Parts: sequence; C-alpha cells; structure tokens
Amino acid sequence: MSNKDRYWQKTRNLLWVTLAIWFVFSIGIFLFGTQMEASSIKPLGYPLSYYMTCQGSLGIFVILVFWFANRQEKIDDEFGYSEREDN
Amino acid sequence: MIKGKFIDNLPKVYGLYTGGFIVFILLMAIGEQMGMSSKAIGICFVTFTIAIYAIIGYLSRTMQADAYYVAGRQVPTVFNGMATAADWMSGASFVAMAGGIYFKGYGYMALLVGWTGGYVLVASLLAPYLRKFGCYTVPDFVGTRYGGNLARFCAVIVLTVASFTYVTAQINATGTIASVALDIDFKYAVYVGLISILLCSLLGGMRAVTWTQVAQYIVLIIAYLLPVFWISNKLGAGFFPHFMLADEVARIGELEQQFGFVKNSAADLASVPKGLAGITKAHSAVNATPWAFISLAVCMMAGTASLPHVMMRYFTTPSVRAARRSVGWSLFFIFLLYSSAPMLATLSKLSLMDPNLSTGIIGKSIADVQAIEWYKNWNQANLMFISDFNSNGTLELNEFFMGGKAVVLATPEIAGLPYVISGLVAAGGMAAAMSTADGLILAIANALSHDLYYKIIDPKAETAKRLIVARALLVIIGFAGATIAALEIQGILGSVIWAFDFAMSGLFFPLVLGVWWKRANAPGAVAGMVLGLLSGTAYLIWVRNGGSGFLGITQLTFGLVGATVSLVSMVLVSLATKEPGAAIQKLVDDTRIPSGKSVLGKQH
Repeated sequence: MSNKDRYWQKTRNLLWVTLAIWFVFSIGIFLFGTQMEASSIKPLGYPLSYYMTCQGSLGIFVILVFWFANRQEKIDDEFGYSEREDN
Repeated sequence: MIKGKFIDNLPKVYGLYTGGFIVFILLMAIGEQMGMSSKAIGICFVTFTIAIYAIIGYLSRTMQADAYYVAGRQVPTVFNGMATAADWMSGASFVAMAGGIYFKGYGYMALLVGWTGGYVLVASLLAPYLRKFGCYTVPDFVGTRYGGNLARFCAVIVLTVASFTYVTAQINATGTIASVALDIDFKYAVYVGLISILLCSLLGGMRAVTWTQVAQYIVLIIAYLLPVFWISNKLGAGFFPHFMLADEVARIGELEQQFGFVKNSAADLASVPKGLAGITKAHSAVNATPWAFISLAVCMMAGTASLPHVMMRYFTTPSVRAARRSVGWSLFFIFLLYSSAPMLATLSKLSLMDPNLSTGIIGKSIADVQAIEWYKNWNQANLMFISDFNSNGTLELNEFFMGGKAVVLATPEIAGLPYVISGLVAAGGMAAAMSTADGLILAIANALSHDLYYKIIDPKAETAKRLIVARALLVIIGFAGATIAALEIQGILGSVIWAFDFAMSGLFFPLVLGVWWKRANAPGAVAGMVLGLLSGTAYLIWVRNGGSGFLGITQLTFGLVGATVSLVSMVLVSLATKEPGAAIQKLVDDTRIPSGKSVLGKQH
C-alpha cells in the first residue's frame, strides 16, 4: 500500500470517528428527549434535555472540531503531507 | 494602510476598535444622562457604526482578482472565525432566535443544535478540501471537479436560488431596524439598508467584506451579551446567567402550572394583530417528537455544509490547516451568541410572568398594564398586545401577546435598563443583518461574474473588466433583493430555513461526493443538482398548497426529500455512465492531501 493510500485510510478513519461522535450528540440523544427530561442527571441544575439543547451539544461540537483539527494535523505530519510554512 | 502591515497588526487594530466602540457606548450613556433623546441615541448608534464599516470598506478597495474574490488568502484563523460568525449569524439569529425559543421551547432548539452541528460536517467533510482546491467560488469547485460547463452552470443556479431566498430576508431585517432606529418608512428604510450593505462590499469585494465582518462581529456580540448579563444581574438571577439560571427555568415551569395554558378561541384570536403570539408551549419541557426535532436539525446541518457564503469564507485562509482550525473558531464565536439566546428567553419570560418581580404583568389588572410606559411604546410598534378576553379585569397568561422580535428588542426596556442599551441592540441587529447580506450578495455576484461570465461566456476577459462586471452584478442583485424585500412576502425566519433546504437539496451531495467518492462524475453531479433542487421545490410547493406531505416532512424540512433524491440520482447516474478520466482522478487525489500546490492556480 502506498504512503498516499495509508494516509487516506487514516484520514477516513478519523472522519468516521468524528462523524460517530457528531451523530450521537446531534441526533442520537434526541431520540430520547423525554427520557433525558426525566433523568436525574441535571447539569448545573438544568433538566438534561434542556441543557443539551442550549449548551451541551453545542459545546461538544466546538470541542469536537478542534479535536478533529488536531488529530488531522498529526496525521498530516506523520505522512509528511503538512504544508510548508511559506505556503 | 490595509496591506501586509495591516495583517500583522490585526489584534492591535481591532483591539483599538473595540476600545473605541466601548468609549462610544459610554459617551452615549453620558449623553442619555444629560438629556439626549432616545431617538437621537438610536440614530447615533446606527449611523456611527455604519460609517465605520463604510470606512473599512473604502480602505479595503482593490483591483486584484485574488484580493477581490478570496481576500488574497491571508486571513488568519481567529479573525476568519469572527468574520464567519458574523457572516453566519443573520438578523434572524440576532433578532428572532431568542423569540423563537421563548414561544416554541424545546422544539425550536433543534435549530440551535442544527446550526452548530453543521460545522462539524463543514470541518470534516468539506472546508479543508475545498481550500486545497484553491477555488474562488463554490461552483468553481463543482465545475473543475466534475468538468464541463453544464455542472458549473447547475451549481450557479442552486447557489443563486438558495442565497437569494436568504438575502431578501436579511435586507428585510436591515430595513426593519433602520426604519425603527432612524424613524423612516420601511419602504425607504430597505434602500437605506441596502446602500449600507453595498458600502461594505462594492469597492473591495471579499477583502472588504472580511474586515467589515470582523468589525460587525465585535459590535453584535457586545450588543447581545451585555444586556443578557445586565438583566440577569439586575433581576438577581445570577452573576453568570449561562451557568446559574436553573432555578429560573424551574420557576417558569411552576408558573406555567399555576397559570395553566388556556387555549384561545378562534374568535378571540382574530382580534390579535398579525405576527403576535401568546405563550402556549412549555418553556423547558420536551414538547416535540424525536422525529420533528431530528429532521429539522438534520436539514439545518446539511444546509450549513452546503451554503456557499459560509464555505467561501474558508477559501480566504492562508492554508488548509488554517481552514480546519478556523472552522473551530467560527463555531466558538457562534456558540457565544447561541448559548446566550436561551438565557435571554428565560430572563425575558420570567420578568414578564413572575408576579413576585416588579416587572411581572401576568395576574395584574388590565388597566394597570395598559398604563405602563413600555407597554404603550411596544403596543404602538405593533409588537405587544393585551386583551381581556374573559372580562375579569386581570391579565391572564393567554391574554398577553408579543412579537418574536420583542424578546431581544424590548426586554432591556422591560427590565428597566437605560435606553443606551436599546440603541446598542439596534446597532447589533443591524450589524448581524448587514454582515450576512454582504456575504450572500457577494456569493451570488461572484458566482455570476466568475463562473457564468468569465468561465462560460467570455473566458478571455481582462481582470479589470471581470471585476467591473462583478461590481455591477453586486448592485443589480442588491437592488433586486431589496425590491423583493420591500414586498414583505415571507417572514424573516421562514425564508432563512427555506434557504437551508434549497442549498441542501441541490448542493450537499454533489459537494461531499466530489471529495469523498472518486467515481462520481459529471452526469451524476448534474442529475444530483437538478433533480435534487426540482424535487425539493416541488415538495415545498405541494405542501404549501395544502398537500398532506409524507413521513412528517414539512415545508421547513423539504430538504430531506431533495437531498435523498439528489443522492440516489447522483449515485445511479454516476454508476450508469463512464468513470471520470485519469486527469480528474489525479485532481481528486491532489485535493485530498494538504501539501503541494493548490489544484487551481493562484490566478485563474
């Protein structure tokens, strides 16, 4: 397998992991809206369903994008595909 | 002034600007104490900020193609994040979002999840790859990746339909704010708004829009956060509202129980002015089915990843790496406002509902409420209305009606904040609507001038001629948008959501598969764009005209139909026709790695 193929395989794996986390917090948990509301887990005292819609999921997305960018940069470096500084 | 040196000094320049703006707010506050009229304060806020944007727009003038189309590809990550956030957060986010949450509760919050979750798709599926491609516009990517003018032309059509739907709403919003703040008729205010918008973009294209958008972000975020924190502290709800409003949310739940949601009869509702609504839904309880919530969120996410005015912001970063990080910053800056909107809705609702607070009006006598100064003002502005349906002399929960915009615009006044805050909010709303309108008009004009005029009609055109055509189109599209906005066909938020569905129907899969599926070819992409857009539009028309729809897909989520048709037709047609040639395969390979030259040259 060439360098390029292995690079692309790793990139694709990272994509799947990222999309899986994204799926859980944008779609998955909202299948259980009423269960979340009844849950005894209350972040900062808010009902869980309310908290996830106004801060929880949103904040997780912010962290997820930065995490993704970091991981992808590491993959770029590993295979020597990072851009030169003068680019 | 705005050359290489300016880029190195960005933190200093915008730091000074922010300081200057705060000084301006303080001056206005002093002016208010010394008896300046509220009207004069409103006018000062709006004209002062617009004048600043116009100056930035003038200083950023350019006659170079890559500066005009992609700001010379040298916008640093954090600043591009701010510009994208301003580009993204429209008049609807600023003025209408808190109101939507206030009236619709949980079901509406799907928009917040969708409008942030979409950025995960932007970062992981598209932005870095399109940046590597080196295109000027989104159709530029489609045209080159799939090859052929037909694919390019279809992309221009989808882009224009989606962005134009969106831009009329934004010009409408600038007109609304200008008409209130400057006290002129809406018909003329729309054109005042339009001229302000064009002042930012006409001379410098993307470069000017970038630097004005950063300035607009600073204004709009101060204008949104300051009142939220102030009101929260004033009501004693908590020093840091985002983390400390749990008791208030619970209290609203109690009050809802106590007052009860009484349904009004149709005859009673007929007397309520159009556009106003009462509190009929629970504030924090889950009030939507999982499918209603998720389908709306999915549409907004896929729409986010296909709206060209957002995507093209990532063409302006210096590198692929910067494009990825920049998406994170954009989302962070958006998060600051979005996470505050539910808090504003909570504070606004509590201050009106709670009889223990001096501002509470529910349960008071109708005559008393009608005598309150702010009620009289907002009633006159057609944003508040009360009526004693059951003739008992007391105001019940179902007898108070308010417009969605009032949550943002009126809450500071209700909570007893000085008028200077209301002036600030007007300037913030104007900044939000202007920055989005600029991004959209530029996206359309650039697609028409670069892809339609230069790439298809006259490939030999000189740079100077191309840029003149681009500017002429900017003015034409702006006036067309303003003319339609003046007709006031569709509400602000409705047309915004439609724009997402249109973009998703026609562009989502052709863009994503262009990077992630090498086998995708030109006939497939054309089929995907054309059939996706047509089927989505057909579904919208059907449902609008009383069609029953299927699978619970409404006129707000018709993008699900369009995108599904788009995906299926694109895959089937691609597989049934010839595999893309070696040159295209190589081009996709190059797109996928960050290093090396961009696929399209620096000047093209």
